[in-house]
Amino acid sequence: MTKEGIICSVTGTGIPVRGNDIDTDRIIPARYLREITFENLGPHAFEDDRKQLDGRHPFDDQRFSGGRVLVVNRNFGSGSSREHAPQALMRHGISAIVGESFAEIFLGNCTVIGIPCLTLPSELVESLQSLVEEAPETELSIDVSTGAISTGQATYQAEIPESIQQAFTTGAWDALATLLEADHEINDMHDGLPYFSGWKNH
Amino acid sequence: MDRDSGIERCGGSGRIIGRLGVFKMGRTLLDKVWEAHAVRELPNGQTQLFIGLHLVHEVTSPQAFQMLRERGLNVRYPDRTFATVDHIIPTDGAERPFADGMAEQMFVAIEDNLAGTGIPFFTRSGGRQGIVHVIGPELGLTQPGMTIACGDSHTSTHGAFGSIAFGIGTSQVRDVLATQTMAVGKPRCRRITVDGKLAAGVYAKDVILAIIGKLGVQGGAGYAYEYAGEVFDGMTMDERMTVCNMSIEGGARVGYVNPDATTYAYIAGREYAPAGNDLVKAGAWWGAMASDENAVYDDETALEGDLIPPMVTWGINPGQVVGVDSRIPSPADVHGPERQSIQEALDHMQLRAGGSITGIPIDVAFVGSCTNSRISDLREAARIVEGRRVPKKIKALAVPGSQRVKAEAEAEGLHEIFRSAGFEWREAGCSMCLAMNPDKLVSDQVCASSSNRNFKGRQGSPFGRTLLMSPAMVAAAAVAGEVVDVRSMIPVSG
Repeated sequence: MTKEGIICSVTGTGIPVRGNDIDTDRIIPARYLREITFENLGPHAFEDDRKQLDGRHPFDDQRFSGGRVLVVNRNFGSGSSREHAPQALMRHGISAIVGESFAEIFLGNCTVIGIPCLTLPSELVESLQSLVEEAPETELSIDVSTGAISTGQATYQAEIPESIQQAFTTGAWDALATLLEADHEINDMHDGLPYFSGWKNH
Repeated sequence: MDRDSGIERCGGSGRIIGRLGVFKMGRTLLDKVWEAHAVRELPNGQTQLFIGLHLVHEVTSPQAFQMLRERGLNVRYPDRTFATVDHIIPTDGAERPFADGMAEQMFVAIEDNLAGTGIPFFTRSGGRQGIVHVIGPELGLTQPGMTIACGDSHTSTHGAFGSIAFGIGTSQVRDVLATQTMAVGKPRCRRITVDGKLAAGVYAKDVILAIIGKLGVQGGAGYAYEYAGEVFDGMTMDERMTVCNMSIEGGARVGYVNPDATTYAYIAGREYAPAGNDLVKAGAWWGAMASDENAVYDDETALEGDLIPPMVTWGINPGQVVGVDSRIPSPADVHGPERQSIQEALDHMQLRAGGSITGIPIDVAFVGSCTNSRISDLREAARIVEGRRVPKKIKALAVPGSQRVKAEAEAEGLHEIFRSAGFEWREAGCSMCLAMNPDKLVSDQVCASSSNRNFKGRQGSPFGRTLLMSPAMVAAAAVAGEVVDVRSMIPVSG
């Protein structure tokens, strides 16, 4: 780990949040988007769900306090493109998410702020969630480069798309520096597009 | 290249090599627009994609501008970036400073961030303010063959013009501001064909809800949706925008309709549209961007337009939807995790498995949002409420999507029809779609809504209940006090 930004592994205890199609409005209700920074979002993650469950939400359960690995089910993060959703989770202390599947924009937003999202088949997600519920002190050790999640007793082989895995293991998950490199190509593209050049060459 | 089949699917030069020689494989609009905007392939396999039009609003941009300042970067092409304020703006006509200090702070932030950049800013005082996905097309900014990005998932709306339009997060807003490009993987392409003719009382909203009901809320993950067939061919641009708007509710980040004469007729004469000889040249380029007849798709599916009824959601995601004449599903009908999802939805909605959709009493009716706040939506809703009266206990809002839509509606007298029926006639904004402004549900109110999301808490109350439907169905529910089949209220003469 010499280069800044390289994320090869994440280790920590888990937090299971069960349910399919948990949308970004539930992860961070829209009223907390009335902010000009991301700094204050952490305490409001899942706020309405937590209110409804009256202290029984995993984010309020002392057993999971300090957990860094969120374990979720299908289509997690659907809905809005608000980066506030992964930002709220990150500021709550989440460093990686394991689930059956993720909504596309949410997955991209997690990647660009440095949260690896890994997928497992539904029965293995269930198994991991049960394990964390039964033994919350279990350290989950995620190898981002191979997708292996070790619990000490067992290893779950998760998947992570190659482009995303590479972004973490090379430290290039924050794309801006890479994008800025293509200065000349951007100029050329701008000058060549007919709707920029006033249709002169077309 | 798949060597066994001889089919190469990447980008521009796909062809099938067969016994009869070599012939060029057709390309989709997605292929062509992608190729025209690909700056380069990135080491991780994604594309650095040039963004032709960047739309900015107050919610997802302040942190992006802050990140630019921290890195000492400027906005690269301010003339390709356009801003407005829509989410937080009160629709009751309140003047600044807003009563909500945080909303006011956000307004000040976007003003400060835009100052000196040269980015055009559409505010109320200029008469061109509105929901970002309403004003982009309305001003002629949205054009075929473009790539478009905005920090808002409903950016898919702009695909109605045959553009490839992405909702992006704030870090990507930063990337686009700084470089006019973003890192993105090319989606696969699914063509969704709807042939036939929609029945009276069935609208674009019903078509997209039927599609999401069929393919699910995650069915579009990794795909761009191309909407094709007689039903979309026959739609107005307003209707195509309604369809493309909700692509993201089906999990597809991008959705589009190929540009045609309807598209060109809409664009011609608008403020930012090419004019004169430029329009002729543009038209040729736009036409060439449309999918080839022999284009190859990664997946195809079809629905029959004639069979689509008015649709209503009964649950807590837009895929939990049935025809107005159908029954609410029961957890007992399904197995596995689906059962739990249905039960969770029924519990939240306080609805009974197997019950009917019609007859559900409502507390609030909302006509508006980037899905359904355009002039044709207001006309359809007004047609239903004209001469009828909303019961006193129901709060009914009609919220135009832009100042221009509002002016057009008022010129036609629609505001008087709404007001006489007991609706409140509001200023342009996102309003009750997402509760970032004073328009909110309270407690466990039921809202018949023409918006796009029925998520728990979406409309401002954690216990609020949202029923998504077309604006005409909202209007019908408003005057009936409960969900009804709008087909029973449509004038026979049409």
